[in-house]
Amino acid sequence: MVFVNDCSVLIGGKAGAGINRAGQVIARMVTRLGYYSYMYYDYPSLIRGGHNFSVIRASPHPVGTHRSGIDILLALDSATLRLHRHHCKRDALIIYNSDATKSETGFGVPLNSIVQKNHGTSVMENTAMVGALASAIGMDWDDCADVIRHEMHRATETNLAIAGDAFRMQTEKKEIPRLPQSPGILLSGNEAVSLGFLAAGLDGYVAYPMSPSTGILHFLAGASGDTGIQVFQPESEIAAVTMAEGMIYAGARAAVGTSGGGFCLMTEALSMAGMAEIPITIVLAQRSGPSTGTPTYTGQSDLQFAIHAGHGEFPRFVIAPGDAEQAYLWAGHALSLSWQFQVPSILLTDKTLSEGVYTVSPDLLQEETPDEWPVSVPRWDGQGEYQRYCDAKDGVSPYAAPPLSGTVVKGNSKSHDSWGISVDDGMQIASMARKQMKKVPFMQEAVSKLSPVREGGNRDADICLISWGSNAPLCREAAQIMGIKSVQPIVVHPFPASEMIAATRDAEMIFLLEDNYSGQLADICEAHGILVDIRLPRFDGRPTSIDQVTEDLWGLVG
Amino acid sequence: MTKGLITSAQNTWCPGCGNFAIQHALKDVILRLEADGIPRERMVLVVGIGCHAKMADYLNINSFYALHGRALSFATGICIANPDMYVICCVGDGDAYAEGISHLLFAAKRNVNMTVLVHNNRVYGLTKGQVTPTSPVGYHGKSNPDESEEIALNPPELLLSAGCSFIGRGYSRRREELKELIYRGTLHSGFSCIDILQICASFLNIGEEYDGQVYIPADHDPQDFDAACRLVREYSYGDGERIALGILYQAKREPFRVGTPVREQQDTKKGAFVLQFIQDRI
Repeated sequence: MVFVNDCSVLIGGKAGAGINRAGQVIARMVTRLGYYSYMYYDYPSLIRGGHNFSVIRASPHPVGTHRSGIDILLALDSATLRLHRHHCKRDALIIYNSDATKSETGFGVPLNSIVQKNHGTSVMENTAMVGALASAIGMDWDDCADVIRHEMHRATETNLAIAGDAFRMQTEKKEIPRLPQSPGILLSGNEAVSLGFLAAGLDGYVAYPMSPSTGILHFLAGASGDTGIQVFQPESEIAAVTMAEGMIYAGARAAVGTSGGGFCLMTEALSMAGMAEIPITIVLAQRSGPSTGTPTYTGQSDLQFAIHAGHGEFPRFVIAPGDAEQAYLWAGHALSLSWQFQVPSILLTDKTLSEGVYTVSPDLLQEETPDEWPVSVPRWDGQGEYQRYCDAKDGVSPYAAPPLSGTVVKGNSKSHDSWGISVDDGMQIASMARKQMKKVPFMQEAVSKLSPVREGGNRDADICLISWGSNAPLCREAAQIMGIKSVQPIVVHPFPASEMIAATRDAEMIFLLEDNYSGQLADICEAHGILVDIRLPRFDGRPTSIDQVTEDLWGLVG
Repeated sequence: MTKGLITSAQNTWCPGCGNFAIQHALKDVILRLEADGIPRERMVLVVGIGCHAKMADYLNINSFYALHGRALSFATGICIANPDMYVICCVGDGDAYAEGISHLLFAAKRNVNMTVLVHNNRVYGLTKGQVTPTSPVGYHGKSNPDESEEIALNPPELLLSAGCSFIGRGYSRRREELKELIYRGTLHSGFSCIDILQICASFLNIGEEYDGQVYIPADHDPQDFDAACRLVREYSYGDGERIALGILYQAKREPFRVGTPVREQQDTKKGAFVLQFIQDRI
């Protein structure tokens, strides 16, 4: 049995069985065979015992979403068989742990016995399954061993022995032929954000753990030794954001990261960043809400919140990358734009992007890295006495951090004059508000220079599919399949109205798919005169598969 | 703006306010630190929100006028990014003992290198006389007119259990002792917190009571933790209790540090890390 085009592997087991890790190893195996890979990891919010699964897709073309049908099902336990068997295609290959479950179809491999024979620990059953898969898809043992060595730094020899035994036992095949291309490296959205920040010169990151943003905290804490950056987990999100703003006052390029609940706590300090003109970057990794919601499932219901969070009026950027490549680039842009205009920026991701794994071309990452990185902190020229909030044509006051010889830096969260001294006088209040708000047209201009709207699919089509965030690669692919046009605003605030209007001008029918109930981006589009004919909302915490969206759209466009 | 230590901002504290004494004590300490060779530009004042916070407008030094309760976490950020700064926080009792108590305890636990002056007038002044965590039992403002009573919180005792390495108590009507105490606090390596009793001229004008309560303990050894515990428990903000002034506790402990201070960081290392990471993934 040889598959031709696109292959989806689902591996499932109990929480704590290393399903995420195994999924990443499988994704690496298929990229080694020349395929673009995307992995979706699904897990409930618990540490052990629940059902986890990863879906790994292999495609000859760049992909950033999963498929509904399963070509290969890898079941570490009976629940995986029960829950996912009906997602399998007719000719699917099923490999199951014959020590844990029985099945009339599929190929049983005694994972527990293999692990015990090699004196491994129970978590290594996933290694055995990976070995069986490698054999089934026709990988050379040397290639498989190479991937395992690369991915498993602890107990490598034991893992190799376990994988090797399963590799030899597995006889049923579903070969994935090697393609003559090297698509690139695997990056999760959180890793891409972290790398983008580092490439742009981030000095500090302060965060309180909250799914699905925590991966950034872990990554950057791990990188702090080699890079020197200052990474810290304080007592709360309120402490995180105010500490980061203190670091910025002292001249550091600092960022924080959280999800909706933590971002709620940060809003007072977001407002302070508006008044005190503190260039802070906040990663808001969305999950299903409201409130605690579903910690480990996705959502895009914080768009309007991100745009409007914080009391009072102040300019800000809200940027929503769609895949790992965009996450890398726009994390750096967010930092850069914040510093250029001394305003807060919010990098709006979601669970699908944050914890999804994408294939990214390493060359592309380097080519796309702007010459302006690392982001320079603009400096005051040192002439005369420093005024932290002195007026300027574009509203941006020269920046300086203490210590400054012979002059002082006074930042202020209250209404203040150009020196940073509090004022109650109406004229002075109005004058500072005008100074802060006149940045907006210059911010718009800066956004326009960065290609804030991405189009895909058939550019001449009169049917247009708009989406944002992690739905963008999904809709891009759907548009390609269906011969329609896809449009993605990467910057969502200030809204790139002229680019969006230009991209949708010729559309006779506009669809907008987003992971929220009310159609938050659709409302924004309509406020700018872009009428959305059909809204495609989703609010069950699950990402939409390419098959689901094309099926829906075929039904609608006929 | 004036070149001296006092700005031209109009002072709006009530006549007789305890903040004047703290302002002048702090000003004298800044001058003394300068005379010791610490340049003024390396000092930064972070304030919360309340009457005390106007200090940021009135003193001509680096400052940040932060949020109610959040002065200490903001100041911690400054200490992280630039450990060479002398960071002084002026905070109120409502500010640091209510809204921001978590940041106070964690700054003490971490031993962040800063000096915190708590302007403890035991009442919310700017919002017109509401009860604070250290208000006298039986104090009733417009927000708690009924007869139910809460006991006062004893923040120095809490701070001791949080690992605070310097606890002092000052009194705004004992200027010379207060100056010395603040000076010692700024020189302390690590977290120093000084609870400064001050009157509120408008809502809790109890200077005469304090005058009769305060004393300077003879033979107190600030390194003696048990003795410090006894002294902080001796005054649990009750009427008529004796109030020991001066350094109540001081210990040597490594100050808080995170990673590499910003000015010593090298962007090339960050770029190299990114390239190496990508290379390792290929």
